[in-house]
Order: sequence, then C-alpha cells, then structure tokens
Amino acid sequence: MLIIKGGQVYDPTNGVNGDVKDIYIEGGKVVNPPERIPDDATVIDARGMIVMPGGVDMHAHIAGSKVNTGRKLCPEDHYEHFRIAEKGLRSGAGSRVPTTFLTAYRYVEMGYTTVVEAASAPLVTRHTHEELMDMPLLDKAILITMGNNEILMDMISQDKFDEAKDVMAWLLNSTGGYGVKVVNPGGVENWKWGGNVQSWDDEVKYFGLTSRKLLDALVQSADSLKLPHSVHLHGLNLGVPGNVETTVEVIKDVQGRLHLCHLQFLSYGKDKKGRMYSGASAVMEAFNEHSNVTMDVGQIVFGNAVTMTSDGPLEYRIQKMTGHKWCNDDVECETGGGIVPMEYKIKSVASAVQWITGMELFLLAKDPWRVALTTDHPNAGPFFCYPQVIRLLMDKDYRNHFIGLLPPKALKRSVIKDLDREYSLYEIAIITRAAPAKILGLKEKGHLGVGADGDVAIYDPRNYGHRGCICNFRECRRALDFPAWVIKGGDVVVKDGTLLKEFPGQVYRVVPDFDSSIEEKIREDFEKYYTLSFENYPVQEEYLKGSKEVACS
Amino acid sequence: MTVERNVVCTFCGCLCDDINLTIEDDRIVKVEKACGNGRGLFEGYNPDPIMPKVMGRDTTFQEAVKEASRILRSARYPLIYGLSSTSSEAQRMTVQLAELIGASIDSTSSVCHGPTGLAMQAVGEPTCTLGEIKNRADLLVFWGCNPLVTHSRHFARYSAMPKGRFIPEGRRDRKVVVVDVRRSETAKSADMYLQIKQGCDFEVLLALKALIMGRTLDAVEVGGIPAEVLQQLAVEMKSCRYGVIFFGMGLTMTNGRDLNVRGVLSLVRELNDHTRFSALPMRGHGNVTGADQVMSWLCGYPFAVNYSRGYPRYGPGEYTAVDLLCSGEADCMLVIASDPAAHFPAPAVKHMETIPVIAIDPAESLTAAGASVYFPTAMYGIDCEGTAYRMDGVALRLKAPLKRKRPSDEEVLQALIEGVKSC
Repeated sequence: MLIIKGGQVYDPTNGVNGDVKDIYIEGGKVVNPPERIPDDATVIDARGMIVMPGGVDMHAHIAGSKVNTGRKLCPEDHYEHFRIAEKGLRSGAGSRVPTTFLTAYRYVEMGYTTVVEAASAPLVTRHTHEELMDMPLLDKAILITMGNNEILMDMISQDKFDEAKDVMAWLLNSTGGYGVKVVNPGGVENWKWGGNVQSWDDEVKYFGLTSRKLLDALVQSADSLKLPHSVHLHGLNLGVPGNVETTVEVIKDVQGRLHLCHLQFLSYGKDKKGRMYSGASAVMEAFNEHSNVTMDVGQIVFGNAVTMTSDGPLEYRIQKMTGHKWCNDDVECETGGGIVPMEYKIKSVASAVQWITGMELFLLAKDPWRVALTTDHPNAGPFFCYPQVIRLLMDKDYRNHFIGLLPPKALKRSVIKDLDREYSLYEIAIITRAAPAKILGLKEKGHLGVGADGDVAIYDPRNYGHRGCICNFRECRRALDFPAWVIKGGDVVVKDGTLLKEFPGQVYRVVPDFDSSIEEKIREDFEKYYTLSFENYPVQEEYLKGSKEVACS
Repeated sequence: MTVERNVVCTFCGCLCDDINLTIEDDRIVKVEKACGNGRGLFEGYNPDPIMPKVMGRDTTFQEAVKEASRILRSARYPLIYGLSSTSSEAQRMTVQLAELIGASIDSTSSVCHGPTGLAMQAVGEPTCTLGEIKNRADLLVFWGCNPLVTHSRHFARYSAMPKGRFIPEGRRDRKVVVVDVRRSETAKSADMYLQIKQGCDFEVLLALKALIMGRTLDAVEVGGIPAEVLQQLAVEMKSCRYGVIFFGMGLTMTNGRDLNVRGVLSLVRELNDHTRFSALPMRGHGNVTGADQVMSWLCGYPFAVNYSRGYPRYGPGEYTAVDLLCSGEADCMLVIASDPAAHFPAPAVKHMETIPVIAIDPAESLTAAGASVYFPTAMYGIDCEGTAYRMDGVALRLKAPLKRKRPSDEEVLQALIEGVKSC
C-alpha cells in the first residue's frame, strides 16, 4: 500500500478543492482508508504539497507515421536536445518531436500519465502501435482518422447510414483505436486532386456528398455506437482568417456530441481589408450555449514548433506561406497528411493573433468542464510548455507582461486586455485532468476517488524557480513545472523530481459491436482499391498485448 | 500438406502480401503469385538447425554468445551494421544494444537511399502510399531505376498496370516515362524513354524545373536530351492529373547523390503548384524502410548514428559504416542481416578482415563465412514472425509459414544484450 499523507488535494471530479486529505493506493487503484495500516506501507509525506491526479493530454501527436516523418525531417531539432542513457533508462533526442522514450519520460516528469495520439490513418496504425510499445509508463489511446475514408464516403453518399456505422465499428475494432478523428471532412479527399472545401456545403469531388452530410453521419454513427468519446473534429478552413464562420456554424448545427480540437486554429476573424483578428468572442458565445460540444484549445507557444496534420491542403498552404521544407503523404482510400516546421514569433502579428485567440478561448469559457488544455503538440508548441500556459492562465500580471510584448496591431478587435480572469488551481486541475478524462470517457483517469487509477502527481511549491528555464522568460515556470513525486499505477516513478524507472503502460481501445456481414462488403471495395490483402489489414493481436478495452455504453 | 495464403514476401520493398505457399514436410514445395525473385526466396529454403560458429568451428549457442559478448564488451569503437533484412522488432533490439555498448549504428540505407534521407531533411518529401498510384496516377516517371528487374511485380501490383478507382482502364489510362542511362527492360516498356548522359541527372532535373516554372532554355540539349524533348516532358508533367516520380540508385549512388534527389523532390514540390505530384524512392531490401523508421523513432535520425557519448548523434559521412571502416576507426563489427563483405568497397572490406566480425544471418554469406562469430538464424517472414515496412511506409505483419528450428534474430540480440550486461 502507498499512502500520500497530508497533501492539499485537488480532485475536481470528487469536488475536493485543496482540502488536506490522505490518498491510499493499493493494487494500482485508489482505495478507501484501511482499518489498519499495514506495516510495509510506503508513506509519502506530502505536507505543504499539491496533490493532483496524473495529467491527461487528450490531443497530442506523439507516435506514428507522420510524427516519425517529422522526427526524420528535423535533425536540427535534435542536436542540442538529448538525454543520456543511464540507470536503466533509455536515451533519446529531440525537443519539438522527441524520440519515443524521451516523449514518455518528459510527459511523466511533468506529471502527465495519460496521452492520446490524436490522428492515425487506419492503414498505418500498426506502425503507431509499434511506436507506442516503445513509449513506456504512459497510458495511451489512438484516434483513428475517418473523415475522408472513401468506403465510408461511398456509403454515406448513398444514405446507407447503418452500413457506415458498421464500417466505423469495424475500423475501430481492426485498428485497436479508441475514437473517431475527423480532419477537414471532404477537404483532404479533394486535395488529392489539388482542391479543398471552404464551406460545409461544398461537394466532395466524385463522391456526391457535402462535408456537412459526411460529418453529420459520422457524428450520428459515433453516438449510436455509444463510443466513450465523441467524434473528435478538426474542422474546415483551419488557420484561414475568417474561419470563425464555419466553426460557429458547426457548433450551432451539430446534432449530437462533438469535440472540437485545437479550437484556437479555427477561431479567426477577418476584417474588410482581409486582416486576421481573434474571433474567440464569437466562437465562445456559441460554444458556451451548446453543452453537447467540448473543446481543447491548442494554445500557441512562442518559439519553434512543427506543424503536422492529416490536413494535406493546409500544410501545402503553410509551405507556400513560409517557404519551409514540406512533406506531404496521401494515404490510399483514407486520408492525407503533411508536415512543415514553423516558428511562432512574438513580434509577428499573425503569431500574436493566434496566441491571443487561444488565451481568449480559455478565459471566455464559462464551463471549464468542457475545456482541455493542449498545445496540439507539436503543432502550436511542444507539450513540455504546459506549465507556462498554466501560469499564463493563473497569473494576470504575467499574462499582461506578455501582452505588452505583442505588436499593438495584433490587439485590434481583441478583448484580452479586458479579461481579468485568473484560473484557480482547482480550475487548472479540471482542464488538465478531470475534464479531458471526462470528455474522453476514461472513468478511471483524471481523479482520485475510490476505484480511480493510482496515477498521482505531487508538486512542491517550494520548488519555485529552482530549475533552469528553457524559454526566454524567467520565472515562467512555477509549482506545476516539475513535480516532486509522480506515481503511476501505484508505483513511485518520480522521486524528488528524478525519474527512477520505467515499465510498460496500457493502450486503451474500444471494441464496438457490428453486423459481421459488413466485412464482405468492405472486402469487395478493399480488393478493388487497396494494395494489401484484406486479411492482412487489421492490426494483429501481437500489437495489442498491452491494451485494455473500454466499454461502449 | 498445408497451404498458407496471403503471405508477405520480403525480397524487395514491394512486400507483396498475396503469396500462396504450399508446405509439405517443413519445406515450401509450391510458390504461387510471387515473381522470380520472390520464388527464389521461398523455394528451397531450408529451416534446419545449424550450429553457430566461432572462428569457423561449430560451437554451442551459449559459447558463441559468450565470445560475441566478450568481443563487443572489449571493443573501443564497435560498429553495428545491416538491419535491412530483419524485422523491426529485431531492429529495435539492435538499437538498444548499440546504446548499451556505445556503438555506431548504421543501416544499408547508407549505401542505397541514404542520400534520399539527406535530401528529404533539406527540402521535405511530397509522397503517397502505393494505393494512391493505383487509384489516381495517370503519369509515372521512373528515374534511374529498373523495376521490371529489381521489383518485378511493381508494375503489375502498384504502378503501371492496376485498375483503380479513378483509373478504370489501368495501363491504357497511364503514361509511363523512363529516364535512364541505358535502355533497360523498364525503358523498353515505356511510352517515352529519355536516354540521359551518365552523371547529368542534376542538370536535367534543374532544366526540367526551369521549364515547369515557365522559363525558356538557352540550350539545344541538356545531359544528352534535346531541349524540345524536355519541353514535351514538362508539358506532360504539368498537364497530368496525378503524377509520380519513382527514383532509384541511378540517382542516389551516382555523381550528385543527395543533390540529385533534392532535384527530384524540389521538382515535385514545384509541380504541386500546377497539379498533384508525388515522389517515391524505390527502396530495395524488404525492411530497409523499417530500419529508417525504427532508427528515427528511437534515435531521432534514420541512419549513421553514434552512441559513444550515451545519446544518439548523427553523422552521415562520419558514422556511416563504409567511412568508419575506411578510416580504420571501427575495432569490431556486428553485422545483422546483410553482407557488407560482398558489397562494400575494397578498402572497407580490407579493414573488416583485420577486426573481429560478428554476423547474424539466416544464410552463410561471405561476411558470415569470414566472421569471428556467426549465428545462423531463422528468416523473417518464412520461419520467424515480425513487422516489416513497405517502401511507402505501410507496416505489415510477417507470418511464419514454416516452423522455426533456429533462433530468431531477436533471440540472438536478447542474448547479446544480456551477455554484454553481465560481462
């Protein structure tokens, strides 16, 4: 038994707001206080410390085909960022796109224990699972891209919604996936002919359906399969000034549960001269009124990033804008993808508007339970900058210091200066733990009630400023920077800020039921359009050994 | 007698996964659908146990592990090389071993498509999976490669012939162009063949890019190709709907190397302003793409990695196997699933003869025959399961249609990892 004694506990799921409380963990789970404390119990003296559930990152790109292409593409990202192999732990390199072991270590050293890989094409998900095997400690899940799947689009265009639902279930089963990712529905398919979609009523070329019909069918299928997580949508016109229109439209129109990921990239206004401004107010006005919709922010962090997404036409556009090196990957019958390195400059009006937009989304959200903190790692910034984002939310003076550094033009039509809100630790615990776990439908994560997984991060406020800072702003990292202790599944893995050991984590998956006659229908299309055998397509059991099924109900 | 269906063939980067094998008495007696190369891989494969060798003499597995561990442990600058003909599971363990002993680790990429990696790191890589070619591509350009001989089913399964969603008539809906220094088998079947002067690929690619950008050429011919023929190709490229350039070692291993590939990749980038275009390297060995992938996710770099400081450092030209051997720096070499003694330049092989070599290979290659320690192992995809990555990066599960009687590469590597830890 492990006992965390005397800490101030922040556990919003159970309404615990900084109360001094002991946490008991046994068999990897949080348990009730025993009648008699066993003699061999390990006791952590957490007096004066902050105790939170392990962090949950619900949207990051950490493994799989495009992440690995990003690693390979950017050796310049790795030279000066490395970790030496020691004490039984592995080495690694990279900052924006770190190697697999390094990714896991850095998450855990930040107090995060659950991370969702946000996009994997079904065809290459075997690869994603292979990388996840080399990412110890973390519990993981994979979202499967379906927004431009040709078999699904064929069925939906012919109004065969039940069959589409079965295909969705079959895809989740055969990839070991956890949820449905939809990226620029229809737009990526059109990009394969050099096009895109601009509105929800644009046609998907040769498929006789609109982006709207496609999304609606996918949202309804996910709901009727009772998936624990709703459709995870990367909407239309990402990064395009004026995209606030298509974003507000989908928030208002969608019938059913919907998660909007990295909403910051989808909340830009455009004035008459075509200049971009923060459209967060308009988006949040709609968002606050529609409780069926959830979001993660995708906050910009100034500095280097690597944009990587299944949104092929978007990456083409970024490449034309920046002139930087560009990878594109069209994946047969399923999706696309692109990668371009990027720098967000504090003196650039565009970057500053993006930063302001993200901040405003956080500050205008009325219900933190529908909000998750992300940087869409590594698209808007690397995940290890979360502590900086947290401080920006908690500390108005610090935020104003930043706002003062921005070009004044970026502040036009923005409300950020008038927003006095400061997040409390309780609210931070919601948007980094409780809310993402709830939105994902992971009942054992993000809280410390009885039956929860024994994943705990313990922060020592006395550690303020003790560590070197990697960004340019001194003191930007505070208590929630490096936890003093991290416990994963009841096992102490970080002590005094030092990672001690590693062991494998789990991969969550769903196995929704489907009518097995669908396989014959898929096989027919499959043999015509794919380049591998139908039998060799599903991810084999060998890759799912460490996986845990989450019920659909 | 049993029939195993949809087996993956690991001969080349195509990883055709529709092979049917008939098995009788632990032997493959019939191979269906495979090309000549693939049949050679399966037919006559003998899974029988073979004793490991130390200094050419048969010995036990334990003795061989002991000797190999001693060699690896006492080396000051160990080199690990190969990786392209084994599973990614074994590749992952090889990286772990390299990290453990502070070795340099390099794959056969460095003598085939390594320059492609360098070019990709400079300009990026617009590419696609093979199915997009089947479904969409109406213009195929094969540059410095000869798939009809090296990747015999590439035409039939992925590129020139297959009917796809938007290419209903298959070959009739496609135009095939070949650029090569000689009239190869592939060139003979092309709709358009451009005979290029040896060593002139970079100039031709640059001229082609200029033409596509709308410039005029102040030359009658470039690299042996008349200007009007180049102009014709430029028009074809701009007016197709979805074009693909496949390129091979005719570009990567001739004068210009990574610059040639940069030429291809930036040409394709430019073409995407006019239509849709992709580039694909014709990767050779079955899982050489997997070696790039595994090293990228574990080291951050696709090849030429050095662990002597306890973390991965990247140095093509410095930590690449041929360079480490020619400079005489490596003082021991572990070779996995490749045959450098047969393929490396003479000065590199000469140095190999002076240092202890450990070979892990299903067949007794030239390298294995001269090795200090030789581990005969099972063949991935025949009597050993695992994962392999197709030339377009799609991972496939390899089956083991025959029963395994020899240790797998993973088992040997695991024993070596434990061996060096304990000695």
